[in-house]
Amino acid sequence: MNAAPPMTPDDPIRTMALSDRRDLQLLADLIEPGSRVLDVGCSDGTLLKILESRHGIDGRGIELSQRGVNECVAKGLAVVQGDADHDLINYPDNAFDYVVLSQTIQATYNPRFVLEQMFRIGARGIVSFPNFGHWRMRWQLLTGGRMPVTEHLPVSWYATPNIHFCTIRDFVALVEELGATIERAIALNSKGNRIDEGASLRRRNLMGEQAIFLLSKPR
Amino acid sequence: MTPDIGAPGQNAMETETDIRSTASRQIEAPDSQVARFGPDDPLRLDCGVDFAPLTVAYQTYGTLNEDRSNVILVAHALTGDQHVANEHPVTGKPGWWDLMVGPGKPIDTNRYFVICTNVLGGCLGTSGPASIDPATGEPYGLNFPVVTIPDMVRAQAKLLDHLGIETLFCAIGGSMGGMQVLQWAASYPERVFSAIPIATAARHTSQNIAFHEVGRQAVMADPDWRGGRYLLEGANPTKGLAVARMAAHITYLSDEALHRKFGRNLQDRKEITFGFDADFQIESYLRYQGMTFVDRFDANAYLYVTRAMDYFDLAADFDGQLANAFLGTSTRFCIVSFTSDWLFPTAGNRQVVHALNAAGARVSFVEIDTDRGHDAFLLDEPELFAAVRGFLDSAAQARGLPALVPVR
Repeated sequence: MNAAPPMTPDDPIRTMALSDRRDLQLLADLIEPGSRVLDVGCSDGTLLKILESRHGIDGRGIELSQRGVNECVAKGLAVVQGDADHDLINYPDNAFDYVVLSQTIQATYNPRFVLEQMFRIGARGIVSFPNFGHWRMRWQLLTGGRMPVTEHLPVSWYATPNIHFCTIRDFVALVEELGATIERAIALNSKGNRIDEGASLRRRNLMGEQAIFLLSKPR
Repeated sequence: MTPDIGAPGQNAMETETDIRSTASRQIEAPDSQVARFGPDDPLRLDCGVDFAPLTVAYQTYGTLNEDRSNVILVAHALTGDQHVANEHPVTGKPGWWDLMVGPGKPIDTNRYFVICTNVLGGCLGTSGPASIDPATGEPYGLNFPVVTIPDMVRAQAKLLDHLGIETLFCAIGGSMGGMQVLQWAASYPERVFSAIPIATAARHTSQNIAFHEVGRQAVMADPDWRGGRYLLEGANPTKGLAVARMAAHITYLSDEALHRKFGRNLQDRKEITFGFDADFQIESYLRYQGMTFVDRFDANAYLYVTRAMDYFDLAADFDGQLANAFLGTSTRFCIVSFTSDWLFPTAGNRQVVHALNAAGARVSFVEIDTDRGHDAFLLDEPELFAAVRGFLDSAAQARGLPALVPVR
């Protein structure tokens, strides 16, 4: 992984995972050609660009940071300035085949509301987030007694825009509460490699540093 | 008022007379191409009048491609005109969007065919209150029908029909130009492939109507306005119009920008004079802005065009739901606003974005950080240029326009 750019509290980049294109490629693989996709928290538009290069995908984005939005628009992407907590309500029901929350959910004020909006707007949702149940997090908290700071999450607790961390288990519980269906639950280890999807939830929650979920809306 | 002007060589009597005569010549015989539509081909206006004859003056830049798919319509703002990227025939200054439009510029005339019309109700060759009413042989004055933004757009569409141009690759404009762009997208969605409304709103706010009313009252309070018949009576309400311009000009800037540019600096003097001369640079600047404006703009045209903006409320024609104006649209939109613009603030632009989202439209939205206020859309704002260039490139690709081959 390349050297991380300096992070400041107002820096919108939520985790360093974004600079590792592998999780975005994996995420893009979950999306069928010809789909309409809304990328919520699309940062500099990397995922939308990947999707655009695949045939027939109509991609839109929402991004909080002005810098990110301006970069996206200059790349010709259909991206608007806004945030998941306040602006999803402006989209009509079932407007998209997929709503993507790539490294976004942990930075929202009301993750449950955002997920509900996601299911209202899209037939399916794709959510990726850093797994706070990863063994390294647990180890740091256990041995150091302080909030974990890692290569992927380099910002201290008081400055991070990530205000709602969760573990894979937490997320699964919330999805079940919302009545949505988990179609795929992919965990990536610290090397960015996929952990066997047949592995137990317990193992994926312990070994997965990143999680990518493909969900379909509650019936 | 004796304007204390800031620029040298502007007040020579002879030059002023020349400018006046050049300006009045633009009304009937403009330094532009014109399309004339006779009495048998009237334009139905919102006020119910079938207006004829109609003249539309316009400028073009670049070359129309074979399948006529590379047309960009630039819509001008309240006091703009069709001289986007050429020397202005009255003032001799560069075109008002010289930075945006031209070879190699974001709106690249090596690639696109650019059209800009003088708006209906204007005074640079398109029919307006200063034009001669063929029924009387005299200038229309207040007999000119009150026109609206949709009327302006209808006149433009009529010109395009006349030129055999079916679709616009893009409609772009700032401020009142942005209103026209939104109206184009709502009235003729199938004719607009992409749209870039900049620093605008889907309706004129109460505050903005208030500013316009101040301007109009200033014009009408000038004894030389003569109930709108000044052209017949050989007068010109320059003082009223200059005051209108001064007041309006403040709304185009920002507190920050004014402070940065002028502060409390004194004009060519070391101390305040305890009088009402233009002690401060900002006063001198505004007086200069007012005075030069009256050379190129007709006072009645100012009344009509401000009124058109006041009446603009796009949602009103769609059951009060702005999203309905764009339902089912396939037009690609790029909305741009500026942080320090308090005349057309980001919130109003964002309302358009929300409506477009609700309509399922393909929309990009950029807010550009600048302290230059509403006028920023006319100035050197690299992020604006990057957004317009990037958006147009991607739209051109989607439209199947060939990429420019760099010339060695």
